[in-house]
Amino acid sequence: MQYLIIIISAIFVNNIVLSQFLGICPFLGVSKKLPTALGMTGAVTFVMTLATMVTYLMHSYLLVPLGLEYLRTITFILVIATLVQMVEIVLKKVSPQMYQALGVFLPLITTNCAVLGVAILALGMEDATLIKAMVFAFSNALGFGLAIIIFSSIREQLELVNIPKGMQGVPIALLVAGLLSLAFMGFVGMV
Amino acid sequence: MNNIKQIFFKGIIKENPVFVMLLGMCPTLGVTTTAYNGLGMGIATMFVLIMSNIVVSLIKNLIPNKVRIPAFIVVIASFVTIVEMILEAFIPFLYDQLGIFIPLIVVNCVILGRAEAFASKNNVYHSIIDGLGMGLGFTLALTVLGATREILGSGSIFNLVLFGENANTILLFILPPGAFIALAYLSAIYNKLTLKN
Amino acid sequence: MKKLESTFFNMIISLTLVTLIAGVSLAYMNELTKGPKAEARKQKQIKAIQTVLPEITNDPFAEKQAIAVEGEKDSLFVFPGLKNDKLAGIAISTFSKKGYNGLIKLMVGFTGKGNIHNIVVLEQKETPGLGTKMTSGSFLKQFIDKNPENFDLKVKKDGGMVDAITGATISSRAFGDAVQTAYNTFVNEKKNFEK
Repeated sequence: MQYLIIIISAIFVNNIVLSQFLGICPFLGVSKKLPTALGMTGAVTFVMTLATMVTYLMHSYLLVPLGLEYLRTITFILVIATLVQMVEIVLKKVSPQMYQALGVFLPLITTNCAVLGVAILALGMEDATLIKAMVFAFSNALGFGLAIIIFSSIREQLELVNIPKGMQGVPIALLVAGLLSLAFMGFVGMV
Repeated sequence: MNNIKQIFFKGIIKENPVFVMLLGMCPTLGVTTTAYNGLGMGIATMFVLIMSNIVVSLIKNLIPNKVRIPAFIVVIASFVTIVEMILEAFIPFLYDQLGIFIPLIVVNCVILGRAEAFASKNNVYHSIIDGLGMGLGFTLALTVLGATREILGSGSIFNLVLFGENANTILLFILPPGAFIALAYLSAIYNKLTLKN
Repeated sequence: MKKLESTFFNMIISLTLVTLIAGVSLAYMNELTKGPKAEARKQKQIKAIQTVLPEITNDPFAEKQAIAVEGEKDSLFVFPGLKNDKLAGIAISTFSKKGYNGLIKLMVGFTGKGNIHNIVVLEQKETPGLGTKMTSGSFLKQFIDKNPENFDLKVKKDGGMVDAITGATISSRAFGDAVQTAYNTFVNEKKNFEK
């Protein structure tokens, strides 16, 4: 039950993109076509869950016991950068097919603030445990996926529409994101 | 001399990080519920940007090409942690308001972007000017967005009440959807103004 | 100066050096800001106590007491305010975990009779912008000078007397919940401070 609340809350109620404003760059940047959105979702889900697991362990078994909490930011970002590199190398060796699909997105993930954001937010959870943190990360990644997939589907449709010159491109995309965010506000109060 | 001016002004208008390059969108949307927050975030980011530009341009020849990105990230993360400490100690109010977006300055693509695209190829002096210009462009965008949302959503600007205590304001603008919608119209206005020229 | 080659040795050395320098300077900065950080936290509490209590002559911070709450790990802190050695009011730092994003921390000041003198929000993670609505304006005003004995701290939707902030019923509910916890503690502890 506890986990169900975390999952629903992360995907719908506190959607990471539409209400927490994390991961906006890839949300706007790679959402022009549905397949790229799907690829990005896959890469993010993988890295986010893995990164949160590693950073959570490092924070509770290394930084806190040594009183080095102030190195949090620097450690976490290094862990994420290293992890992204490793995933890239492993993927290239193990599954060239998957590498083909996800490869271009991996370097972008280092500067995806959603990954670092979720790793930090997971530490602030009430009665946090490793499993809880990972469930939290995984569901946030799904929330990211849901948002970017809906968004990219709408943007594909938008290409067929006649838009005033000043609103073309970024402004209309932001407006659509605003309406989506408005729609997601309907979930408030569910948990 | 012209060159310096160009480096300085390109960050403010022609290559404005928010309106043109679409960089650093998370803090742009996340913290701009008031003009004061936008300004605070902008200045914090500008500080990190200038300092990391300085250090990166100083050490650029000491860092082998293949490990430059991790090295730059370490430099940026250090300055972000310093900003976090300073804010917590001396401006606790702003520290509380900006919350998680302070550590996230690390992944603000504006900073790594400038380190990689400019500071790692130019001298210290030019890198400072570049950081200043880009930082001001970012701060300006955040403050304008913050002011717009504060006026529409809370009926005040820089915490100065404009329309009286109980004015009916458009609450939507300080909620998440309002961030997207306000920025959408601001960037449409920006497009309109720059397209003409 | 020529750029360093990307040999394995050079890479390891330069990265290690960068990280080492970063680590050492951060440790130094941490030592430097440790004092001011603790001071800032204390000042915030002192300022909050001064705001929520009527005029006092003692230093309530020096007489703070921790009171455990049933079923919670964290405890409340009670700060008695005296004027010329007589109880003028009690400030209680209280919390609720029912907020939209979890924890909300408040400082609530009660006069000797149990009326709410003022409330300050110490910490909240509610939706940006909405959270600030808790700290000012008409929402806060409806609590002032009320006695929770005859002012039901639940929101009107739940059968209470509190007008919720538009669009933030959950935050308003948590706010009332935290004040209620503070009031319960006030009722239990008041006699210990009356001299």
